[in-house]
Amino acid sequence: MNIPNNIFYTKDHEWARIEGKLAYVGISDYAAHSLGDITFVELPKIGQMLKQSAFCATVESVKAASDVYAPLSGKVVGVNAQLAANPELINQSPYEKGYFFSMEFSDEAEKNNLMDASAYQKYVEGIAK
Amino acid sequence: MAPFGGWMMPIQYRGILAEHAHTRQQVSVFDICHMGEFLLQADPSSSGFDRLVTQNITAMPFGTCRYGFILNEQAGVLDDLIVYRINETSWMIVVNAATIAADFAHFKAHISANCSLENVSDKMAKLDVQGPQSFEVLKNIFGQEIASLKYYTFAELKIFDQQSCIVSRTGYTGELGYEIYIANEYVGRLWELLLKDERVLPAGLGARDTLRLEMSYPLYGQDLDLNHTPVDAGLAKFVDFSKDFIGREALAKEQKTGPKEHLIYFQADSRRAPRHGFNILDKGRHAGIVTSGSFSPSLGVGIGMGYVADNYDIGAQLVVKQDSVEIPVEVVRRPFLHKTSLMNQN
Repeated sequence: MNIPNNIFYTKDHEWARIEGKLAYVGISDYAAHSLGDITFVELPKIGQMLKQSAFCATVESVKAASDVYAPLSGKVVGVNAQLAANPELINQSPYEKGYFFSMEFSDEAEKNNLMDASAYQKYVEGIAK
Repeated sequence: MAPFGGWMMPIQYRGILAEHAHTRQQVSVFDICHMGEFLLQADPSSSGFDRLVTQNITAMPFGTCRYGFILNEQAGVLDDLIVYRINETSWMIVVNAATIAADFAHFKAHISANCSLENVSDKMAKLDVQGPQSFEVLKNIFGQEIASLKYYTFAELKIFDQQSCIVSRTGYTGELGYEIYIANEYVGRLWELLLKDERVLPAGLGARDTLRLEMSYPLYGQDLDLNHTPVDAGLAKFVDFSKDFIGREALAKEQKTGPKEHLIYFQADSRRAPRHGFNILDKGRHAGIVTSGSFSPSLGVGIGMGYVADNYDIGAQLVVKQDSVEIPVEVVRRPFLHKTSLMNQN
């Protein structure tokens, strides 16, 4: 299980990588692996306002469709256009090439609601038991 | 792993897309031990067997198999099944896992008590070897006898020092392929032997479902059920109306007056998958329900099938909807895939 440091995680298995005022968002390796081969993703629109923990994207695998929730509140400023034709990037590179979108997050304090890598590692191990 | 028909079944090994592609391009082995097998010794006509199934079994040459249905009096589908004719009075009947007990009770109730009918589902294992290279793989194991197997025929072949097994040229993938029935105690060895051939990789139920769906093969419990008849499903060609069978009267009547529902096939305009239970809409109005749907790995778009009240022409534009998800689809001809190794062979 790949759980990189320096990024934040949610209980729904999204991640957020903070770069200044921007947050890059995707789903964790654990989530991508659980879903299986990802075949479709619906991303939010650029300019869309997101609320922490509210629905922001859909991801479909051969097996099932799942909702993705925003790890932070803020405005979407960019989306990963590669995913439309190559959703398998989410399985292959969940934290880099398979990111979903970038956003300007609006509330620094919301980071306190997220887990760091070691907390997420424990959380995932708890699920596996 | 996931529960299916009372079994723990492998959904995937390496991944559904990889297993699907490997089956279409090379050859896969599927663990299908869950399916049910009955052995029957019976004269087809006097025993009542002929009345139980829709296929024309009395005309079957020895060593052939035939697909058909067991119906209730209302012509609802109790199960779909393949009948194997071993000789004049000896048969193997292959049924779905979830319906084994009900099918066996139904057979028991309708077949003369003096016939031998045995449910061997717990003793007999089944492996499917499917893909364009399946012939080459099985030739190495069974020898030249495999070459004589035409589509929907079978033979009793020897393996592991005189252990006999039934090998039929049948399948559920749309590729050239074989189904092997063998006693439980030998199936582990056969699995290992098949995987020793480096062309062969295991595939799970996930790939089995996407492969069969691309061929528009129905799955019992989803696309076929008690509420639908073979005429609704567009599968009347697997029904012999020239003979008597349970459900014949209702089915013949429906064929005259027209089906009450129609099983249609549709393709999405995107990678988004229609799924079991989604609504089918025609210009915003409810038109039917999706029975099976998935992303099609071969076509790169969503595909599905479902029952609608009114029939639609090929090319008709509909929408598949569930909550906020709306997928525009076009009605297409079955099967979704036209060029496979199954169609390239005799």
